Amino acid sequence: MALSYADVEPGTEIPPKSYRVTRLDLVKYAGASGDFNVIHWNERMARAVGLPTVIAHGMYTMAQAGRYVCEWAGDPGAVTEFGVRFSAMVPVPDDDEGATIEISGKVASKLEDNKVAIDLTARADGTKVLTRARAVVRLP
Amino acid sequence: MALNQEFVGRVFRSVEPYEVSRVKIADFADAIGERSELCRDRAAARREGYPDVIAPPTFAFVISWRSDELVHSDPDLGLDFSMVVHADQSFSYSRPLHAGDVVVATTTVKSIKSLGAASVLNTATDIRTVDGEHVCTTRSSIVERGQ
Repeated sequence: MALSYADVEPGTEIPPKSYRVTRLDLVKYAGASGDFNVIHWNERMARAVGLPTVIAHGMYTMAQAGRYVCEWAGDPGAVTEFGVRFSAMVPVPDDDEGATIEISGKVASKLEDNKVAIDLTARADGTKVLTRARAVVRLP
Repeated sequence: MALNQEFVGRVFRSVEPYEVSRVKIADFADAIGERSELCRDRAAARREGYPDVIAPPTFAFVISWRSDELVHSDPDLGLDFSMVVHADQSFSYSRPLHAGDVVVATTTVKSIKSLGAASVLNTATDIRTVDGEHVCTTRSSIVERGQ
């Protein structure tokens, strides 16, 4: 069930959500996306290039922010624009807890054509991992 | 090593069209934790007015990555991919990608700049159907860290 354009107020905070990411998630994402960069699944090679451990694909983190917006809008097809800057890496330890990506958002403005602009923030372990994160969704 | 400035303005097109499939969309949705039935069930997607299951908003990267890679892997560019960090990414959609779309991705190198010892490469990829309908434009900025 989708949210409607009339229901939305600029300035409204969207309830924050936390998404867990484990090593298994990175393996599944590598397969699904075609990005087999070793730093996202191989600890030995991640350390060899100076990383503390395996890190999540930046695009995986962006996908979590996308999922957050789509869940709020009620429709994965609602997004018309979406952009982020990757500001920090998300290390994912080799355990059952993994890392947690926390996403929050705020309605920035209502635009023409039933579109709404959302400003997003993503953090992992208190550090901002996405900045300049913004989505535009079209609502019924 | 500085990247080859002659690449600015060059256009790279994916050799074969990409056929968007329901299974790939569903696997991608599973991988990112997107639970919507509109990404898995054709009947549910059609009830919402879509022709078939629809892809989540970062799915276009699966397609643009393939033609971006033609740029990155060109030996004349001089890019060391082991030193690359993804800096920025954006998507601009005319409509969602859906199962059944057959698309072509065309990447243009927009700029190559120096940032101290590092290099910044900006590309824009146009994804449109084989019939010429625009679906999505993606823009990527990657940074090759300086030695």
